[in-house]
Amino acid sequence: MNFSAGLAVAYPELILGAGALLLLVVGAFAPRSTGVVGALSILALVAAAVAAAVQPLGSAFAGGLVFDSAAAFAKVAIYLASAVCVPLGQRWFERRGIRNFEFPILIVIAALGMGIMASSGDLISLYLGVELHSLALYVLAAMHRDDARASEAGLKYFVLGALSSGLLLYGASLIYGFAGSTIFTDIAAAVRGGAGTGVLFGLIFLICGLAFKVSAAPFHMWTPDVYEGAPTPVVAFFAAAPKLAAMVLFGRALGQGFAGAAGQWQEVLIAIALISVAVGAFAGLAQRNLKRLWAYSSIANVGYAILGMASGTAEGMQSMLVFMVLYMIDVTGFFACLAALSRQGRPMETIDDMAGLIKAQPGLGLAMTAFSLSALGLPPFSGFWAKVYVFKAALHAGLAWPAVLGLVGSVVAAFYYLRLVKVIWFDAAEGATDRPAPEARGIAVALALFSFPVVMVALRWIDPLAATAARAFGLA
Amino acid sequence: MSIGLAHYLAVAAILFTIGVFGIFVNRKNVIVILMSIELILLAVNINLVAFSVYLGNVVGQVFAMFVLTVAAAEAAVGLAILVTFFRNRGDIAVDDASMMKG
Repeated sequence: MNFSAGLAVAYPELILGAGALLLLVVGAFAPRSTGVVGALSILALVAAAVAAAVQPLGSAFAGGLVFDSAAAFAKVAIYLASAVCVPLGQRWFERRGIRNFEFPILIVIAALGMGIMASSGDLISLYLGVELHSLALYVLAAMHRDDARASEAGLKYFVLGALSSGLLLYGASLIYGFAGSTIFTDIAAAVRGGAGTGVLFGLIFLICGLAFKVSAAPFHMWTPDVYEGAPTPVVAFFAAAPKLAAMVLFGRALGQGFAGAAGQWQEVLIAIALISVAVGAFAGLAQRNLKRLWAYSSIANVGYAILGMASGTAEGMQSMLVFMVLYMIDVTGFFACLAALSRQGRPMETIDDMAGLIKAQPGLGLAMTAFSLSALGLPPFSGFWAKVYVFKAALHAGLAWPAVLGLVGSVVAAFYYLRLVKVIWFDAAEGATDRPAPEARGIAVALALFSFPVVMVALRWIDPLAATAARAFGLA
Repeated sequence: MSIGLAHYLAVAAILFTIGVFGIFVNRKNVIVILMSIELILLAVNINLVAFSVYLGNVVGQVFAMFVLTVAAAEAAVGLAILVTFFRNRGDIAVDDASMMKG
C-alpha cells in the first residue's frame, strides 16, 4: 500500500493533528478567542469521530497504524468522551478566573494520542501514542497552576507516568530483540507455540507498563493522589477515555502480538485483576474524600475489565469493551456532578459535604445516586449489565474462581457506594449549596439518564458493535 | 575477549536498575528523579541499538531515534511542571510532595 493510500486510513488522526496545530495558531494570535477555540476543538473531535465511524477499514505505514473494527469502536467512544470534557473543563476554569485556550487543545492532542494507541499495530506506534497522550495529561493535571495540590498531582503523575513509560519501553526493546520485529503480526509468528524467556521477560515489563497506565493494582499508587489533586473536570477526562484507549491497546498487544503465549499472560492478568478488585474494594472503605473514593472505585473497575480480558476469548474482549464504555459514562458523569457542586464558593468533595443533597439539588442528587448504584453494579443500571458481560465471559472461559472472588470484591465495595447514597438521601443538610454550574449539571443529568434507562436501548447497538470489534483482536 | 550482545544487554540492564532505584530510593531532590528517568530511557536505547546491530535490522535504530525525541519532550514537560511546583512551594524536595495521603 502506498503512502497516500495510507493517509486515507489515518483520517481521524489527520483531522485531530491538523486541527490541534491550527487551533494553537488561532489561540496564540487571537488571545481573546478562548470560546472559539473551545467550540472548534469540539467540532474537530466530533468530525474525527464521524470519520472513524464511516471510513473503510485498512492498515497503513507498513502495519504501524491498524484501522480495524476494534480501533473504529474505541476511537468513536474516545473522541466523543473527550468532546464532552471540553465545555465541562473550560467553563470550570473560567469560573476560577483562568481563561486559557490551551485546555481544549491539550484535550485534542490527548485524544489524538489515544486514537493512535487504539490503532497501533507495532511497538513504535504503541510507544508514540502512549507518550503523546501521557504528555498532554501531565500538563492537564497541573493546569491549575496556582493550586499547590494540582501542581503536586501533576508532578506525581509525571514521575510515575514516566517510570511506567520506561518499563513499557524496556519491555518493548526486549520483545524487539528476542522476537526480531516490532510489528505485532510478526511477533505473533515468532511466539507461536509459547514465548521464549527473553520475549516473556519483555512481555512482563510491557504488561507492567500498561497496568500503570490503566491504574491496575499493584501499579495503582499514583491514582488516588492524582485524582484528588487534579482539577475535577480534568479528572472526569482522564478517568474515562485514556483508560479505554489503554485497555484496547492492552488487548491488541496481547491478542494480536502474543496470542501464542495466551496461557502465559492469562495468569498474570488474573492476578492483576483480582489484586485490583481487592485493593479498590478494601482501600476505598477508609476514604472520606469523594475524588479519592472514586479513584479506588476506578482501580476496582479496571480490575473487572482486565478479568474480562483475561478470559482470552473474543467474548472476553467484547465484555472488556462493553464494560469500559459503560464505565466511562458513569465516571464522567460522577465527576461532572462534583464539578457542578459547590457551597459558598468552596468545592464539595467529601462524603459529608453531600449530606441532604437530594433536598438541596434533587437533579444532581438523583444523578449521583444513579452513578453510585451503577458503579456498584445494581440492576437495572448500566454497571450491572457491564458486570454481567464480564462474569459471563469469565465463566465461559472456565475462570469460575476468579469470577467468584470478583463478586466478593463487588459486595465489599457496595458498602462505600451505599454509604454515599445514604448520606445523600437521609442525612440532614449542612446549608444551601450554590447554584450548580449549568453545563456540568446538564452533562451529569444526561449521562445519568444514559446510565438508566437509555442503556437498555443503547445496549442493543453496543452489543453487536462490540462483538464485531472484539473479533478484530484475533482471539477465538 | 570480544564484546558481544550479552555485554551490551548487561550494561543496559544495570543502567535500567540504577534508574529505577534512583526514582524509588532517592528522597531528596526531584531533579535527581528526572535524571533517573533519562537513565532508564538511555538504557532502553542501548538495548535497541545493540539488538538492531545483532539482528541486522534497522528498525531498532529508528526506534531509538524516536525514543530520544520523546525523551526531550518529556524532560521539557517535566521541568515545566517542576517550575509550577516550585512556585507554589518554594522547594523541590521529594518529601515535600506529601499534601495528599491516605
